Amino acid sequence: MPAETEPTLTKGGGTAAPAATRSAEARAALAGVEHEPGAKKPDPIVVAHGIRRQFGGLTAVDVEHLEIQKGVITALIGPNGAGKTTFFNLLTGFDRPNEGTWSFKGQALDKVPAYKVARMGMVRTFQLTKVLSRLTVIENMRVGATDQRGEGLLSAMFAWLWRGQEQDNTVKADELLERFLLHKKREDFAGSLSGGQRKLLEMARALMADPELVMLDEPMAGVNPALKQSLLGHVKSLREEGRTVLFVEHDMDMVRDISDWVVVMAQGKVVAEGPPHTVMSDQRVIDAYLGSHHDQDLSEDVEEQILAEAQAEIDAEHPEETK
Amino acid sequence: MDFVAILGSAIQQALGPTAIIYCLAAIGLNVHFGYTGLLNFGQAGFMMVAGYAIACAVTIFASSLWLGVLVGLVLAALLALALGVPTLRLRADYLAIVTIASAEIIRQTIAAASFSEYFGGQDGVTDFIAGFRDANPYSGSVGIPGLFRWSAFDIWVMTVGWLLVAISCLIVFLLMRSPWGRVLKSIREDENAVRSLGKNVYAYKMQALVIGGIFGALAGFMVSLRSAAVGPSFFATDVTFFAYTVLLIGGAARVFGPVVGAIIFWFLITALGGFFSQATAGSDPLIPEAIMDPTQASLMRFIFLGLGLMLLMIFRPQGIFGDRRELAIDAR
Repeated sequence: MPAETEPTLTKGGGTAAPAATRSAEARAALAGVEHEPGAKKPDPIVVAHGIRRQFGGLTAVDVEHLEIQKGVITALIGPNGAGKTTFFNLLTGFDRPNEGTWSFKGQALDKVPAYKVARMGMVRTFQLTKVLSRLTVIENMRVGATDQRGEGLLSAMFAWLWRGQEQDNTVKADELLERFLLHKKREDFAGSLSGGQRKLLEMARALMADPELVMLDEPMAGVNPALKQSLLGHVKSLREEGRTVLFVEHDMDMVRDISDWVVVMAQGKVVAEGPPHTVMSDQRVIDAYLGSHHDQDLSEDVEEQILAEAQAEIDAEHPEETK
Repeated sequence: MDFVAILGSAIQQALGPTAIIYCLAAIGLNVHFGYTGLLNFGQAGFMMVAGYAIACAVTIFASSLWLGVLVGLVLAALLALALGVPTLRLRADYLAIVTIASAEIIRQTIAAASFSEYFGGQDGVTDFIAGFRDANPYSGSVGIPGLFRWSAFDIWVMTVGWLLVAISCLIVFLLMRSPWGRVLKSIREDENAVRSLGKNVYAYKMQALVIGGIFGALAGFMVSLRSAAVGPSFFATDVTFFAYTVLLIGGAARVFGPVVGAIIFWFLITALGGFFSQATAGSDPLIPEAIMDPTQASLMRFIFLGLGLMLLMIFRPQGIFGDRRELAIDAR
């Protein structure tokens, strides 16, 4: 899959018009999809069926059926311990389910190790950012490139075999660093970057492999508001390039802003899915995750009102105790 | 106090065959630990397999040393595979446990009385070096009169040894500047990150383990050639730890770290040994016998070496060649 970094995109997020159309297209493709857990999608890139992962007596993930639509941004939300990250690990081969089948672009991944999953075009990032601390930023980027001739033991010692490819990769890496505003840090050790910069580096490094599906595990955790805006732009630009994005996130503003489709997990199961606004008004989601006042700012008035309601509820349930 | 004699013997040891052995062993550990982050505590095992291979090729099979070299390299690679297959998928500690145990198992097995017919038990194997001696182009000794002197045989061993060191350093340099070496360094930093980028981490770790083990085998060959004999006592566990010390003094993940480390290590340990043996010798020693007798003095060098190592770790933990910037990151 060609990953064109068009000039409009390199400025961080793309211009309004194409973004809107891609987004509209993506949402249009999902228009006919039922808003029910396990809904069939018109063009799924990932299909998971009957995935169950148990840790001793605890069932961490128990997903009956889930399809991820190609070319759209799908958000995976849910309370802490809902099994989102475990599900991520299972899909990408970092963990094995007790049972279940799942596929990527129609190819079954049951026995495919994590590194091959990545080579197939399904590249992930981590919740706790994993940069290679004692390598420079540019070296971090170069590691991300796939199919490097110089990575074979036999050809490694003979620089003329891989130097050309290395230069191409470096050009590509520099473009990505420019786009992710990290080019000033090019020669610094990755370990000296701030938390937000590490998130950017990890995302940029994942793009070195030209993935079709980018899986981001909490890309916004610990990122300041200004950087958040540019990260949002980057995630959107991935969709403009025709990539599919699946991300885990707790930041509801981000989910509402950029996702085309939202999947809600609770206690290991998919409890709801649908477009962001529909899902966020779904009673099951509100009960399981958001809480009934999730879309209000917590001003004093509202706080008092909530307290009063709660008190009224208690009074109604236990009339004798309040006296 | 004869400082010239101390200096002379220290230089002799620092450049001599023993330093070469530890240098080669440390080059192997550098590939394992310095670049890939693999904790191999059984480098002595790799050395022993190779050292006995070269000796037994002559004594048991009556063939040439060259065949022994070949067999030794193959056995070291096989040992690496045997150790790596069960442990490299697990956390780093498991490799450490398995390697330290297997090095001892190999040593105890070879030294066992049941095999003394082939391996000579505790006495080891001798009389296999004739071919190597015959190939010696040097005659007479070399050195600076009054300071130090190497015999013709030592010079021959040193020529071969430093040549091996030079070739090994060149190989390490070529490998580690390549994308292959970059993957190894990445594995040291974070295995899962590398896996998520589509690299077969297990295969890379295995390759690193085999290559480092082969450098260990070169060290084992030098043990046999230098001493004209091999025995279990040459390959005790402390050999591995001395090699680690050499690596840490020079600086891990630096091509010349092991070379500089080996020279410094043997210079210091010989100089300290010489100093304390002179300070306690004679009828009116510098250090009175009430404080220390000559037997105790012979152990002082290790105490001071340990102290020196501690100071090094506190004030320059990255070793002589290390990069201060790297350290600032570790502290985070």
